[in-house]
Amino acid sequence: MAASPSVAALQARFADAILRHEVSCGDTIVYVTPARVHEILAWLRDDAGQLFDYLTDITAVEYRDMERPLEVVWQLRSLSRKADLRLKVELDTAAPLVIDSVFDLWKGADWLEREVFDMFGVSFTGHPDLRRILMWETYSEGFPLRKDFPLRGHFSRAEQTRQALNANPEANYSLEELSIAEAYSELPADMKERLNQGERGGVK
Amino acid sequence: MSTRTLEMSLSTPGLDAQGQPSRVPLGVRLPEHRADQDDMGSEHMLINIGPQHPATHGVLRLVVELDGETVVRVVPHIGYLHSGFEKLGEYRHYNQIVPLTDRTDYLSPMANNVCLALAAEKLMGIETTERCTVLRVVACEISRIISHLVWLGTTGIDLGAFTPFLWLFYQRERLYNLQESWTGARLTTSMARIGGLMADIPEGFEAGLRDFCRTFPKTLNETDSMFTRNAIWCGRTQGVGVISGPDAINYSLSGPMLRASGVDYDVRKDRPYLGYDSYDFDVPIGEHGDIYDRYRVRLEEMYQSVRILEQALDRLEKLKGAPINVADPRVILPPKSRAMSDMEAMIYHFKQVMEGVKAPVGEAYLGVENPKGELGYYFVSDGTAKPVRWRIRPPSFINLACLPKLCEGVLLSDVIAINASIDIVMGEIDR
Repeated sequence: MAASPSVAALQARFADAILRHEVSCGDTIVYVTPARVHEILAWLRDDAGQLFDYLTDITAVEYRDMERPLEVVWQLRSLSRKADLRLKVELDTAAPLVIDSVFDLWKGADWLEREVFDMFGVSFTGHPDLRRILMWETYSEGFPLRKDFPLRGHFSRAEQTRQALNANPEANYSLEELSIAEAYSELPADMKERLNQGERGGVK
Repeated sequence: MSTRTLEMSLSTPGLDAQGQPSRVPLGVRLPEHRADQDDMGSEHMLINIGPQHPATHGVLRLVVELDGETVVRVVPHIGYLHSGFEKLGEYRHYNQIVPLTDRTDYLSPMANNVCLALAAEKLMGIETTERCTVLRVVACEISRIISHLVWLGTTGIDLGAFTPFLWLFYQRERLYNLQESWTGARLTTSMARIGGLMADIPEGFEAGLRDFCRTFPKTLNETDSMFTRNAIWCGRTQGVGVISGPDAINYSLSGPMLRASGVDYDVRKDRPYLGYDSYDFDVPIGEHGDIYDRYRVRLEEMYQSVRILEQALDRLEKLKGAPINVADPRVILPPKSRAMSDMEAMIYHFKQVMEGVKAPVGEAYLGVENPKGELGYYFVSDGTAKPVRWRIRPPSFINLACLPKLCEGVLLSDVIAINASIDIVMGEIDR
């Protein structure tokens, strides 16, 4: 099956920022350079010939082959043109996983990016509230959907139980919420320290 | 820093010795610059709803900041039902993932099963038989009606209407009985397989479904007459939780949430799968994007689902006795009797059970119109029988993300109504 006409338009507009493209099961996939992904997505959304106004999904893929880079995937759709496009960037897992947030383009990216951060450890620059979403704030086992994360988790069941019992049941509000509720003085010392450093959740 | 905590005098409520209003001790300190505005209306209150609260429709936790009774903001917390389905899927054969999908959106398990089979078939390039396709349409539309019935019944209860709940759940029970006769389960149906179905519909199923299609609209009409022009219902829902069409697109909403805001987008019409383009049905579109329009859209969708079911039943009659599984021994298990007597069939049986169905290298995303919105499954395969990545595009998760926006400046009681109107199911949000 032929690739989407958007590929040619992208190549004409962004030249060498478009690395390669392929067609799989009828879906067109475009690989772009990480540095320019925000610019390209903004263009795809707003250009009169593209109008990919609907962000279907953001996710990430890590392969079993550890040599392969981790991919961040944007699934785009144009509601008016009834067309789809999948955009990908490849991130080297040896380096910090950082990519631009598209929260300013699509509000729907908020939780989707938080989930990718939570599950894969990819940081989205420019996201206003990047913290864990499915796992709890103090979760310290790592990023569950990474291939180096065993199915049963890094910690033993005994260690997980110990941590759960040692958790502060009062520390149920996020740092953000505690700051609005003026309940700062009730915080455990380590959370105060993190709040002071401007941290908003997440694991180092 | 002055302390906010004051001793409450039991004898003289009202003012304390300094002439300040006495309060129940909260143990909360007020910053210096606000200590002088110590009257009842000056501080925001933080309240916690859930995770175990009947009005949050599952283990959803909302932290609500209130100014009086007005919501300043809502912070949803999710993850209490996180089961790691996407991770589990990477350790299973494609057919073994089907039971996991039951447990995501557990109000429409059959529609999830069908979506999984369709996504895997897209990846493997398999075309199903005609009878299978029609039966899958039946499964999807039954699921849609079940899910919308639960939504309407429970939302009615949230807003104080108990009677329609009983009518609607009686109808749901009729569908559950049909579903049980087909799949053997009311909830964990697991009825789709790659390339076909677990089983054909049993004797009496078609008659039962025809009977349902004939009598069910009567219940809908009654519910319609209870809600649609009811002053309390209109007062609680009209103009509440409004989101405009462009905003709904920007928030990636899907399903009735998107259509209630006036965006004409239905995967069944715009990206037809299962031959939905050959069925005659309408897609209701709202206008105001409020709770009332979401109610109207979902109510009308049930009438339309009945129309689709009737057409599907007509097609099934013509396809009586036709095969439900593709004639491909690589993906469909041979009959047990042949596997026990025929060498070739036994080898296929062994390979499928031990090795699973292998998918070619590649990836496929397939979205379907589920009751909650667009459910998408995204498979990435490296050529083995287990996917490298199985991503669920969860409609409830993405729809719920706009809750803080919908709740800006509403009253606390409206938060319950707005949350109900999104139609969430926590199994799918947390996965």
